[in-house]
Amino acid sequence: MGEFIAFIILAVCLLGSALLVVTLRDIVHAVLCLILVFFSVAGIFILLNADFLAVVQILVYAGGVSIMVVFGVMTVQRTQIQRSNSANSRFLVAIPVVFGTFLVAAITAARNIWTPANVPVPENDIKHLAPILLDNYVIPFEAAAILLTVAMTGALLLVKEVKDSGNKS
Amino acid sequence: MATSLNPTYFIFLSAALFAIGVYGVIAKKNIIAVLVSIEMMLAAVNINLVAFNKFFTPEAFIGQIFAIFVVTVAAVEIGLGLALAIALVRKRGTTNLDDFDWLKW
Repeated sequence: MGEFIAFIILAVCLLGSALLVVTLRDIVHAVLCLILVFFSVAGIFILLNADFLAVVQILVYAGGVSIMVVFGVMTVQRTQIQRSNSANSRFLVAIPVVFGTFLVAAITAARNIWTPANVPVPENDIKHLAPILLDNYVIPFEAAAILLTVAMTGALLLVKEVKDSGNKS
Repeated sequence: MATSLNPTYFIFLSAALFAIGVYGVIAKKNIIAVLVSIEMMLAAVNINLVAFNKFFTPEAFIGQIFAIFVVTVAAVEIGLGLALAIALVRKRGTTNLDDFDWLKW
């Protein structure tokens, strides 16, 4: 019962702040609500016995990604920050698409009869995660490392100040 | 009954979060708002993966491994997306996605 109450609180917090992210007019406020979304997702992970992923969620998303997004907003947004998060004319198309997506997923999930394995997730999950990640999945792990390096180099090249060399543009 | 929660709740939750993300991707003008919505969709996918890991294969940990890779790719995506946004704003001076309609720099 306690788990269920925790789930309800986390779900309301998550969906409420996610709705605020897409409806608030000021993009700085939207990004602050995004941090709340990430913390709620970390709470859901703790509820699902994924402690390591919850910590990674807080460190990477609530720490790194949101600071990066705020930095991006401050760099990019020069004027009119009050109405910087407005919707375009396609929201009339978006609303049926959104309800269709949700209904298809919800009906498919509700019609399925789940037979959960009634085994608890082992305690101390990082002890079980590390051998799998560094043994069976070592090639994807190294590929992810190379991907991060390449992406960092690419981002540096993209934002590097372009020297004005006359007739380039 | 070991727990009062079952997978359907988590699938509903992640479907709702994913749908909100889809709305943001389709209907937002600002390029950074679209990137933020994509992040929320990836978080919804992560909730699904971890929920399936807990309820169906609790001792294999495959869902959590996949979620770790999704987190990595999401971090890469937001970094490169913001770099592109900064480069585009330098070039064009706007963040409105409807203004990015040229095919050549």
